[in-house]
Amino acid sequence: MARKESPCMMTHMTNDKTVDLAGKASERPHVEPRLSLQHITKRYPGVVANDDVSLTVMPGEIHAVLGENGAGKSTLMKIIYGTVQADGGQLMWNGRETAIANPSAARALGIGMVFQHFSLFETLTVTENIALALDAPFDLKALAVRVKAVSERYGLPLDPNRLVHSLSVGERQRVEIVRCLLQDPQLLILDEPTSVLTPQAVRRLFETLRQLASEGVSILYISHKLHEIQDLCDSATVMRGGRVTGHANPKQETTGSLARMMIGRDLPICQSPEYTGDSRFALEVRNLSAVSVDPFGVSLQNISLNVQRGEVVGIAGISGNGQAELLAALSGEDSVDYDNVILDGIPVGKLDAGQRRDLGLAFVPEERLGRGAVPAMSLADNAMLTAHRQAGMKHYGLLNYAATREFAKRCIERFDVRCNGPQSAARSLSGGNLQKFIVGREIMQAPKLMIVAQPTWGVDVGASAFLRQTLIDLSRSGVGVLVISEELDELFEICDRIAVLSEGRLSAAMPKEQTNAESIGLLMAGKAEKEVA
Amino acid sequence: MPLLEPRANPSRLMQWTAPLIAIVLTLLVGALLFYSLHVSPLKAFYVFFIEPLETSNGWSELALKASPLILIAEGLALGFRARIYNIGAEGQLLIGAICASGVAIYSNGAEAWWVLPAMVVAGAIGGGLWGAIPAWLKTHFNAEETLTTLMLTYVATLLLSWLVSVPWRDPGGSNFPQSIMFNDNALFTLLFEGLRVNTSVFITIAAVLIFWVFVSRSFTAFQIAVGGQAPAAAHYAGFSSRKTVWLSLVISGLAAGIAGAGEVAGPVGQLTLSLSPGYGYAAIIVAWVGRLHPLGIVLSGILMAMIYIGGDAGQVSLQLPSAITGLFQGMLLFFLLGADAFVNYRLKRRKPRSLHKKVTA
Repeated sequence: MARKESPCMMTHMTNDKTVDLAGKASERPHVEPRLSLQHITKRYPGVVANDDVSLTVMPGEIHAVLGENGAGKSTLMKIIYGTVQADGGQLMWNGRETAIANPSAARALGIGMVFQHFSLFETLTVTENIALALDAPFDLKALAVRVKAVSERYGLPLDPNRLVHSLSVGERQRVEIVRCLLQDPQLLILDEPTSVLTPQAVRRLFETLRQLASEGVSILYISHKLHEIQDLCDSATVMRGGRVTGHANPKQETTGSLARMMIGRDLPICQSPEYTGDSRFALEVRNLSAVSVDPFGVSLQNISLNVQRGEVVGIAGISGNGQAELLAALSGEDSVDYDNVILDGIPVGKLDAGQRRDLGLAFVPEERLGRGAVPAMSLADNAMLTAHRQAGMKHYGLLNYAATREFAKRCIERFDVRCNGPQSAARSLSGGNLQKFIVGREIMQAPKLMIVAQPTWGVDVGASAFLRQTLIDLSRSGVGVLVISEELDELFEICDRIAVLSEGRLSAAMPKEQTNAESIGLLMAGKAEKEVA
Repeated sequence: MPLLEPRANPSRLMQWTAPLIAIVLTLLVGALLFYSLHVSPLKAFYVFFIEPLETSNGWSELALKASPLILIAEGLALGFRARIYNIGAEGQLLIGAICASGVAIYSNGAEAWWVLPAMVVAGAIGGGLWGAIPAWLKTHFNAEETLTTLMLTYVATLLLSWLVSVPWRDPGGSNFPQSIMFNDNALFTLLFEGLRVNTSVFITIAAVLIFWVFVSRSFTAFQIAVGGQAPAAAHYAGFSSRKTVWLSLVISGLAAGIAGAGEVAGPVGQLTLSLSPGYGYAAIIVAWVGRLHPLGIVLSGILMAMIYIGGDAGQVSLQLPSAITGLFQGMLLFFLLGADAFVNYRLKRRKPRSLHKKVTA
């Protein structure tokens, strides 16, 4: 399907088309807005998620809602989709004031939503999954035909009879989109839809969205990625701290001006200085294969990799391609053969996580609450989780609480963790601040190798920049740093070399200068999606 | 519509007031119960909670009953923190009592000083081993310890029943299923002439202090707490979950075993079928009401002992049925669990039902 037109040409053409369309919309002032929100307010205990938010979407408009994590975008969308009720304000649907009590009322009005986290049953087929979400009675065979027709019409190739667990993440998203399209929506909401897609898949998604818009479907597109919004959207509402900080036409703005609206200041840029010190291997992975015990897990196949002191090596790829399994094998949470993992010259494959830490490993996991930190425990206690091996922390098996508090305090100061001191519970911190604490705690162990998974996942822009610079600086102090991330931009910003993990196989780590997002994207997609591309 | 909504932070206030609320509700419902049994609630409470403490014998009995409850609950609380639910302390207590009795029976006639210490050690080992079986089953076969510990209690009960009926039956005891009466060197010394309270309370006092230091200061207890609250974090930090299982079950079994030795070498003075009035089960409630805290458990252990003594007094002076003790224990746990819901949740506040109404109003 998509092979007929070159992707490049397509982008240009559709760009012109959408600009045109936006122009047409503004020429006809009598058209009723599809959706208009006025003065929406939503309070949660201790936080105002939406404060006097107003927003208007015209028919056929692709409207961006731009903001950082915690800006209130998702709450606003949930209010539109009926999963959350606003405390105050007005919602106008096609010119009439409307109360949307629940998602099925929203669907009946013609509102469809594609969530950031998919809600699909792994063991059912594509058609069965779609059937489950339909409010009306259905006939599976007829439905399969419709699924096929709709998916082809919008360039979303899908086999209706495949089981969901065999689909790639991009294909799963298509199922969610097709599920919405079958109900002939007038408004489609997409919540951070590209966070799990390769650059190629993002482009295909945008083509579909433009086609829908040209047919009159309004699209609300939630994202914090500036270049995507500039590429796709006709207009944008920018949010910060629950309030609207501006309306803009993203195509007439620069990334800098959009960023200022979104975070209130300029986007910080990371500095990667040269490294001239000792460059022995901090980590060598040799022919690591591991069969996953999880039926839906991914087995690692003959992975080899090395990380030198003084460099940041990145592993790109979409989660679920063996990332969890590789991290467990490297951190010591799973046991492998001694020679599979060599830490600073010492074979450690069979050692457990604590023993590897004794030898100079530090690790920041993807899940901060519940894995990197115990939610209900204080920061001081959480410091103890890995810092207990530092001098003075314990004597004869008894803990020295003064030393722990002191350690937590130093970590809080040095890494600018916003909290109420060492006694605040880990779960009371925002994602970004907790991440700063965990990264700080690990750096203060003076590691030889630092492994970080999704360093800035769910972290606001300011804290992300700080964390990225911290990792670069750490490497330049003679530490090997390995970063596993889904965010390609982030990897290109901080890494010296980048490898790709796809379907349990790791590509060779290429120096950043010798590769680009395009070729990394192809490697990320793996076999399954190449056929389609 | 759900009545409760989650709190942003768990309420520390509720954490400590929940036991008080549970006690008050237990007393209120108890008052209703007495009223329906045509007993004046005021008189009943007097008989239950005041009268026993008007005599030195009452205080002695209180210490005698609180001591094993506290000792067992301290051990259980350690495991409960790690979410290892040993509910078979009763069985571990019985095995402890059996092992201690074995020492007393086979050393009968030897006028040696070491008999009593050996009984305590044997009780500790027996209880510890009985706790080690579920630990082994859990670490090797992932067998649920709530089931295995409970089932092993039945095994222990039947083992006790066989021992006192066949090999260890007192030949001069007119066929009652009980062992010989133990010699003085196999019994704890009485603290006061004429009162049953004995030196075994010092074991409990020492244990409370040790558990207090251990829980509040030791790295091992920290590891256990992490394992209970966030298993993935314990795994991440390299804390062994097997070690937690073994420690929790063996230490709680050991404490229960010592309590069992304290019973046969104390007020019971021999091995009989009725050596424990359900201390092992009641200690579960004691641990929870005491908030799994080594000092909180001391208070809740004393409360539970009062319920035992009050239940006895109620049977004697008010002709209440013997089930009254169990009823009060059950109500206490029931109301505590109910009140505990408010640690993490609160009543939902009424809100305008819909956006529309709010706007037009």
